[in-house]
Amino acid sequence: MATNLATAQLTAPDSTANVNGTQHALPTDPRRTLLDWLRDDLGLTGTKKGCDHGQCGACTVLVDGRRINACLSLAALHGGDTIETIEGIGTPDVLAPLQRAFVTHDGFQCGYCTPGQICSAKALMEELAQGWPSAVSADVAAHPTPTPDELRERMSGNLCRCGAYANIIAALEDVIAAEDVA
Amino acid sequence: MHLPLSDMYNQPDERNRLDHMRQGVIGKPLDRPEGPLKVSGTATYAAEWRIAGCVDGVLVLASIAQGQVSAIHRDDVLAREGVLAVIADPAMTRRSAQGMAAKAPQQDAARVEYFGQPVALVVAQTFEQARDAALALRIDYTDASDPAPFDPHGSGVKVEAPSDSKPVEGGDLDQAMETAAFSIDVEYETPGHASAAMEPHATIAQWQGDNLVLHGSYQMLAYNVKEIADCLGIAADKVRIIAPYVGGGFGSKLGITHEAVSAAIAARELGRPVRVVMTRQQVFQTVMRRSETRQRVRLAADPAGRLIGLGHEALVSNLPGEKFAEPVTQATEFLYGGENRLLKVEVARISRLTAGSVRAPGEAVGMQVLEAAMDELAEKIGIDPIDLRKRNLPATVPVEGTPYSSRMLTQALEEGVKAFGWSARQTRPCQTREGEWWIGMGMASAARVNMMVPAQARVTLRADGSALVETDQTDIGTGTYAILGQIAGEMLGLPIAQVTVTLGDTAFPAGAGSGGSFGAISTGSAVMRACEAIRETLAKRLGCDETDLALKDGSASGPGGESRGLPDLLDGHDLVETGSIKPGKTAKEFSQASYGAFFAEVAVHAFTGEVRVRRMTGAFGFGRVLNAKTARSQCLGGMVWGIGSALTEELAFDTRDGHLVNHDLAEYHVPVHADVPAIEVILLEERDAAASPLQAKGVGELGICGAAGAIANAVYNACGVRVRSFPLTLDKIIPALPDPFASAV
Repeated sequence: MATNLATAQLTAPDSTANVNGTQHALPTDPRRTLLDWLRDDLGLTGTKKGCDHGQCGACTVLVDGRRINACLSLAALHGGDTIETIEGIGTPDVLAPLQRAFVTHDGFQCGYCTPGQICSAKALMEELAQGWPSAVSADVAAHPTPTPDELRERMSGNLCRCGAYANIIAALEDVIAAEDVA
Repeated sequence: MHLPLSDMYNQPDERNRLDHMRQGVIGKPLDRPEGPLKVSGTATYAAEWRIAGCVDGVLVLASIAQGQVSAIHRDDVLAREGVLAVIADPAMTRRSAQGMAAKAPQQDAARVEYFGQPVALVVAQTFEQARDAALALRIDYTDASDPAPFDPHGSGVKVEAPSDSKPVEGGDLDQAMETAAFSIDVEYETPGHASAAMEPHATIAQWQGDNLVLHGSYQMLAYNVKEIADCLGIAADKVRIIAPYVGGGFGSKLGITHEAVSAAIAARELGRPVRVVMTRQQVFQTVMRRSETRQRVRLAADPAGRLIGLGHEALVSNLPGEKFAEPVTQATEFLYGGENRLLKVEVARISRLTAGSVRAPGEAVGMQVLEAAMDELAEKIGIDPIDLRKRNLPATVPVEGTPYSSRMLTQALEEGVKAFGWSARQTRPCQTREGEWWIGMGMASAARVNMMVPAQARVTLRADGSALVETDQTDIGTGTYAILGQIAGEMLGLPIAQVTVTLGDTAFPAGAGSGGSFGAISTGSAVMRACEAIRETLAKRLGCDETDLALKDGSASGPGGESRGLPDLLDGHDLVETGSIKPGKTAKEFSQASYGAFFAEVAVHAFTGEVRVRRMTGAFGFGRVLNAKTARSQCLGGMVWGIGSALTEELAFDTRDGHLVNHDLAEYHVPVHADVPAIEVILLEERDAAASPLQAKGVGELGICGAAGAIANAVYNACGVRVRSFPLTLDKIIPALPDPFASAV
């Protein structure tokens, strides 16, 4: 498809992004990561900084429905995007089912990795629903079954040093069973 | 009966008050009250407070191992946009404070003692500006004239006895080894470990006149206040630390460290709030490491499998002059018999970052080695590893003769055996093969000393009949919010929703702090005592003895059936009491420890040597369970650490310059979801009056103490490879693997 460069240059890039339903102007410093923008400019500190290098998953957010490490992405790249953070998933008074299940199953201790785990789990459920395979799926062409091993594999980008893993998987299994995701 | 109001815990409190209360909330698996905040991202951690005018500082680390800063080229970076200051103050720290130091650690950051030590702080309007300037800052150094070596096992290393512990010696170990029917003499190694708490160390420092307010991430606030005050040369009562939520600690936040001190100095110099958050790499390089260990274990047994001799000697390391020495033999002192014994720790003085407490200092690495060695001995004798443990539980602590307050090891072994299905274990290795995987089972005992430290807490029974618990005790994920509320709810007869717990602020009475598994029993006992004092007043008003007072669901009733609602008894006024406890004679007169047993099933790949943990069971006895949900989580978490310690975790230092090579989470491998199988946790019923008035003992570290040994023993049982160097990575297993094409050996 041919691109009309003259027309493209006339269209200013979108310098705003939608975060949890509200449109925000992106930062002017091109060095600012999506993570630091959310935390420091928007005050959405539910998204955590654990390593700033994409190694721990604490900063997981949903961008247009897909999970990414917000620390590995510059804010300026997100013009026109729709971003959902933990604050958009539920509030202390109105918890989403995943959040409620984490509390019930004690799927956290210190709580620092927790928002990332929950954002990751939310995207994971959508990926399962869409039939995405993983490295441990026996048949990559078949619709995946949310076995504990599948869930562990798909959650392995989110570290938890307190070691709440078994409880996190139990929380996920509960919600997946209740919502009949797969 | 009058209450034992002495702070000192000198006599076991056999009254067992909690079992005679009526509310029925103690021990229940209640959800954490702060859970909704944590899962919605609205719990505020150190770096997240919104403070007007706050600017960001980034630490600069030394690019040499040892020497002196001779010049800092400030002007280059001060000219950059947004840069406000380059701080290099003599008060800045070069080591972290050890747990419970309550005084400044080594200061004068211009003297470089190890690679990666902080030497300066760059402050700018934004984090990006500060980070770039910190990266660009040029520093000149002169080399040290008398450098310390980098390799604890190299030549010319100075090896010392620890300053605060002595060897345990009894009988004649050499002779016991000679005359023993069965003996082993083995050397094991464990690598350095990182706490790697998920929240990096962070502080926002703010001066209000002469007073300093820190929003920080620390474990032991009452001590931290003194440490920071001593660093700055101000009175401790001028410092307030606020830390309601701490994103994990595991020892690394016991003592004050670089970001707090430098933030406070910068804030004073600039006259505005300064935030310093360490990068993940800085946390690894400059805060605290668990020392690597080299351990020699000698076990001598008689023909019946009873230990007649036990030797456990360890070489650990630390910076010159640093008091802490990983107490490797701490549990070996009391766990098994063998009157002929030598237990000893020595410290090699080297140039690497400060060695200090990482979750379960001592037992975490000592127990995994002792328990692996016990497995070797059981095999040599030809008895079940469970039987070997059971035959060697002494009546009193060897050599010193101290009685045990309570010991649930036998019960843990027996419950674990049943739940895990230990009877299915093959005695000899290489007997079970599933496809390309060898399958094996292993076990280990768990043991961790129990400690109480001074603690205070204030409890207010409000006029409306609700209660408020206040202490500077932290909750680092341990469940403090939950259990302190349950203790108060039980003692005062209140539904849990009627109790509010506020923590982590030095404006409140000084709790124990979180460390050494002592937070719950120490601060919990203080809460209990405050509640007892409130009960005294209520009983008087109702006209009965305190021991006859029944409190439930907000009502008070006496033995004669008289009953009044709390608001009625309180008559519009709050009742406020501060409870206090300090360790006393019970700490010396009894050997106090939490016990347990680990069981692991592993698969070892017959071709690659890859190890997968397939399932684990842990059974634990640690006195009263205060909350079955959070206690179980502590045990689970500990066992996950055991998996890491057994299979993946290892700090790698370059022995040419002491540089920590794997200084982040991509290279230092903590267990991930895929590494952790289903884990079963069994909590045993126990009451230990010597340990605390709550009848409870510590549980925060027990789950790691021996867990890696069970996994190593399972690896041996699976494939017949005994690796005496943790972690059991495949490169160490492959060379000794049996012929993968043989179905059984």
